[in-house]
Amino acid sequence: MTALVEQAISAPTVSYAAVAPILVVFVAAVIGVLVEAFAPRSARLAVQVALALSALLVSFGLVIGLAGTQEITAMGSVAVDGPTLFLQGTILLLSAVSVLVMAERRVEGGVDAFAPAASSLPGSAFERTLTQQRVLQTEVYPLTMFAVSGMLLFPASNDLLTMFVALEVLSLPLYLLCGMARRKRLLSQEAALKYFLLGAFSSGFFLYGIAMLYGYAGSVTLSDIAAATAGQVGSESLLLVGTALVAVGLLFKVGAAPFHSWTPDVYQGAPTPITGFMAACTKIAAFGALLRVFYVALGGVSSDWVPMLWAVAIIAMFVGSIVALTQTDVKRMLAYSSVAHAGFVLVGVVAVDTSGLASVLFYLAVYGVTTVGAFAVVTLVRDPGGEATHLSRWAGLGKRSPVVAGAFALFLLSFAGIPLTSGFVGKLAVFSAALGAGDAVLVVVALLASAVAAFFYVRVIVLMFFSEPAADGPTVAVPGAFTTVTITVGVVVTVGLGIFPAPLLDLAQQAAVFIR
Amino acid sequence: MNLLTILVALPAVGALVVVSLRDRDRLAVQVALGFCGLALVASLVVAGRFALGGAQYQQSETLEWVPQFGVSWALSVDGIALALVLLTTLVTPIVVWAGRDDASSGGRSRSGMLGWLLLLEAMLLGAFLAVDVLLFYVLFEAMLVPMYFLIGVYGGPRRQYAAVKFLLYNLFGGLVMLAAVIGLYVQSMQGGRAGTFALPALVGLDIPYATQVWLFIGFMLAFAIKAPLWPFHTWLPDAVSEATPAQAGYLSGVMDKVGTFGMLHLVLPLFPDASRELAPVVIVLAVVSILYGALLAIGQSDLRRFVGYTSISHFGLIVLGIFVLTSQGGSGSTFYMVNHGLTTVLLFLVVGWMIARRGSARWQDFGGVQRPAPLLAGVFLFTSMAMLSLPGLSTFVSEFLVLVGTFTRYLPAAVIATLAIVLSAVYMLLLYQRTMTGPVPEHSVGFLDLRGREMVVAAPLIALVLALGIYPQPVLDVINHGVGPTLQQVGVTDPAPVLGPAAAGAEGNAP
Repeated sequence: MTALVEQAISAPTVSYAAVAPILVVFVAAVIGVLVEAFAPRSARLAVQVALALSALLVSFGLVIGLAGTQEITAMGSVAVDGPTLFLQGTILLLSAVSVLVMAERRVEGGVDAFAPAASSLPGSAFERTLTQQRVLQTEVYPLTMFAVSGMLLFPASNDLLTMFVALEVLSLPLYLLCGMARRKRLLSQEAALKYFLLGAFSSGFFLYGIAMLYGYAGSVTLSDIAAATAGQVGSESLLLVGTALVAVGLLFKVGAAPFHSWTPDVYQGAPTPITGFMAACTKIAAFGALLRVFYVALGGVSSDWVPMLWAVAIIAMFVGSIVALTQTDVKRMLAYSSVAHAGFVLVGVVAVDTSGLASVLFYLAVYGVTTVGAFAVVTLVRDPGGEATHLSRWAGLGKRSPVVAGAFALFLLSFAGIPLTSGFVGKLAVFSAALGAGDAVLVVVALLASAVAAFFYVRVIVLMFFSEPAADGPTVAVPGAFTTVTITVGVVVTVGLGIFPAPLLDLAQQAAVFIR
Repeated sequence: MNLLTILVALPAVGALVVVSLRDRDRLAVQVALGFCGLALVASLVVAGRFALGGAQYQQSETLEWVPQFGVSWALSVDGIALALVLLTTLVTPIVVWAGRDDASSGGRSRSGMLGWLLLLEAMLLGAFLAVDVLLFYVLFEAMLVPMYFLIGVYGGPRRQYAAVKFLLYNLFGGLVMLAAVIGLYVQSMQGGRAGTFALPALVGLDIPYATQVWLFIGFMLAFAIKAPLWPFHTWLPDAVSEATPAQAGYLSGVMDKVGTFGMLHLVLPLFPDASRELAPVVIVLAVVSILYGALLAIGQSDLRRFVGYTSISHFGLIVLGIFVLTSQGGSGSTFYMVNHGLTTVLLFLVVGWMIARRGSARWQDFGGVQRPAPLLAGVFLFTSMAMLSLPGLSTFVSEFLVLVGTFTRYLPAAVIATLAIVLSAVYMLLLYQRTMTGPVPEHSVGFLDLRGREMVVAAPLIALVLALGIYPQPVLDVINHGVGPTLQQVGVTDPAPVLGPAAAGAEGNAP
């Protein structure tokens, strides 16, 4: 008792400079809520978009300023190091271009992709009134900013509890955002509910895994767990069960099969700008957290978990590639494609060395850019019922609007990993890392999966360019400046990093050091 | 920037310029021809600078590209590459000119077609000149995209099926090859060295035999699909029968040469032990291809599929010459690639003109054409003679060299392959007889003869086949300059001639 009393209570120290990128976005989200409450409705949209974009860019500037930092702060709960900053920078830039797509109003005839009031009953008189009055919902922006702040913290978390909090901070706004589509609202709400239920379930697994690892190491801090594995104290079974359960939670978020069952429904039902944002940024943040847990805390017992990730990688690549073959909806197809890509990234993860880490960082960045661009194109292909996402409706698109179809074809070729696109360099990086670590079998399996995956990407290109357009086919909406910027960025980065990948590879290699 | 880079860049720049000329069709053709012509001039300058007494690789340029992976933009020319570069730059303008009206129907853009074709030429030239394995791989894979769009957008009624089949077969081979390319890279990192893809550094690398076998299989699968070798050939007849005649000629005459070129230029020097040990397996496949292609050609009724199957037979001979690992075989194969490129393009064009006039691709719908259209029949007869390797034409030289090279090491294979000469005579003469001779049926009356613009296309190809048949030595000198060192890297020497008793006696009498 006396020992406790004598111990001086020290105030927690936080290096505010190191966590400033997270704080800026978080504060912007809070201000966004206040804007919702106090700003006049007519001014809200402009204010929210400006606020969100400027906060993201300021935060990105801060990340650049922090380059080279290796610091554990906030009482050991936040690690700011190379991978953190690389992923934070990537997330911030992709969020910024995603916000541009969310703010696009031209393609939907002056309104955006979100329901005028998420609380209104689908098909009700209230909803009709709001639609007629052309009411715009702007609470998506603060929600997005909350999600982004969670995503920034997720890969930076240095203890499992902080990681759990970050997971919830990023997930809860996303559950809401998924249910806010303007068109096909029932589908959207169904997606939100499914995502929420399955997400809550996986959070339970994650939390239970944390408890197990705490039981094993007596601490939730990653470095303490690493020390415990090195000292081989504690119960082995707690460690294994805890590792497995934490892995389930993280693999759910990255959308790797067999924990992927939410992706097709959610990707399809969510408003397309949100789908693009979620597909790119959530995956990046979750892989960041996964890398930190497995490399920092469990790096010493990699022989225990590498076989598990091996199996998950193979299942994800094949489930994603093969099931995507049968999809008839472009958003569902992209969802299964994202499952396959989660598998490809895991191929780099199981290398468990610096080149593996660097290759994963590179892959995530280029995959994110291509994904946001691809979903931005999906928002443009429309018929009177909203977006025409059924693949048969895309027939002959290349004849009617060669530029938009050409951009989409480029994104698909990049997903397929055709040389001279960024996707090829990403695949080359992860595969050479895996082969360098001796995983020849996994690389061959991954290449076979790539061949299968190529088929369904190519099928869409065939449909767009080699088929005759249907008489009542969808029109391609003329994009406003915002979506144009996003698609242009996607095209330029996809081709640019395909031909000159050296600078980003260099950056990823420099960043590929975890602070322990 | 050195001349090789300029040579590769010219068609690529041309592609961009041509694509920007939408709706100005006439100008687009002229600009495309201009860039092809410039590339031809550049390649002739490269040939002029090529020193026969010099090193194996000449006029090198190396620019750092992706230092993290040890990849560089490394171009260099050797005898084998020079022969194929000249083939490419010579044939491309002919194909552009011959196929300039192929996009006129259905509102398809001509500038788009010419742009893809020029882009394809740039990638082909880059692949032939690349001395960095990853650079080669990137171009080898990327060139599928232009050809895919050429078949898929400008082809015939079943073009979708043909284009997808073409792409998937080749993409699959390419992805397996990627595993082998990365595997090679990992091998280059042995002993803590920095990994590299540079061909000179990789040749002579000490790779364990078991690893060599796997890497050999990875590379060979891709090249055997591209070449195409039996049993990986099934995409070719579909692709060439759906593509326009000019593009089909370009596909099987020039683009597929990257496969056989890769075998000779990469596989042999990189994996010498595996190449020596597995050569008999490849030879068996090659001999099967020779017979299979020839026999199926006899049975085809579609003229374009017919030409496709003859190509499979000829590719069998090319692969045979490469893997017998003798200097005559290697030189003959390289020369064969050039000759086959010239004759196949010519044959596809002639067949295309016939089909365009008759509106049908079945030989049963022709007959007696030589009376109303003697020039067309004459060109067809000349092409047939070139296909069956008539002495005096360039194809004879190459086929003879391949067979001689085979006889010295693999007698049974040579005996069977020689059957191909008989079979090629059968299928070519049979086709000539069926379509050109005989009574003139009603539908052949007024069959339009060759026009001046078509003669302009055919004349240079005919002249080259004749000239190279009469005086092949300059080209063979260049080719030998490349093949000799390559076979040294494999570690084989030509078998010493076995002298019969009479010759031995004669030698004994000599002082």
